[in-house]
Amino acid sequence: MFIGATAALLVAMALTLIRAFAGPTLFDRVLAANSFGTKTVLLIGVLGFLTDRPEFLDIALLYALVNFIGTIAVLKFFRYRNLGLSNTEAADREEID
Amino acid sequence: MTGAGMITIVDIALLTMLCFTAIAIMVLRHLFAVAALTGAFSLLSAGLLVALDAVDVAFTEAAVGAGISTVLMLGTLALTQRREHRPPRFSLTALLVVIATGGALIYATSDMPAYGDPNAPALKHVVPFYIEGSQNDIGVPNIVTSILASYRGYDTLGEVAVIFTAGIGVMFLLGLRREDEDDEGATRRGPGRPPDAPKPGGTKS
Repeated sequence: MFIGATAALLVAMALTLIRAFAGPTLFDRVLAANSFGTKTVLLIGVLGFLTDRPEFLDIALLYALVNFIGTIAVLKFFRYRNLGLSNTEAADREEID
Repeated sequence: MTGAGMITIVDIALLTMLCFTAIAIMVLRHLFAVAALTGAFSLLSAGLLVALDAVDVAFTEAAVGAGISTVLMLGTLALTQRREHRPPRFSLTALLVVIATGGALIYATSDMPAYGDPNAPALKHVVPFYIEGSQNDIGVPNIVTSILASYRGYDTLGEVAVIFTAGIGVMFLLGLRREDEDDEGATRRGPGRPPDAPKPGGTKS
């Protein structure tokens, strides 16, 4: 069962990667890279069970956290075109919009 | 099919995707997409390291490569422009130098012991001592963790001190402002924002 899951995950990773290469818009690429991270988290979890070492799940959890930080950074970049704004400056920008 | 056979297939698939990602990073000119793809590249290599049982290295790769590096690259993109200029021309000399260096490196790997060889020189020095003693001396199930956190504890502490000092130095160089200094100057723009930066909210590129 885990072998089948691994194969399916690899196919899904390849598909998202193709979408990240092909585009056509920027949002396709960002979404593809993001879901690619999720696929990696799942793959590492499944790999742990495949080799009878379920403790890999902890690492998969860490990856999920890292992915989350990356998503926040990407979204902030899209919204404000800047990552170094403080809260008040960000609020000012919001009013200008 | 056994689990070990499946691991080989996973290795091959991950390496293939790694190659294609690297080529795409070279070819693409839109730097935002490149930043996203380098994150994917780091995650792929972290997956490979997990498949190679180097779980602690995979941890570092995921945290630094996929997490912090992506954020830093996006921060750089906010300060510069988001499109890479075309290289002026194709350089044959550079290609030859790269091919020669790569060939030399590949030739050098033929001297290395085979993957997983228990008689490799690196595993003969202090490793038997660690493997025998770790369970009684430290009591941590993972030997790598016991080496890093206990046998080489002072070494790790020194590394943390060095990285902490470097971080403080970088923060001073960048001149990060404190929150309470922001009150005067409500019209001031963000730090280092180029004057011709696109308007916020304009996400078309």
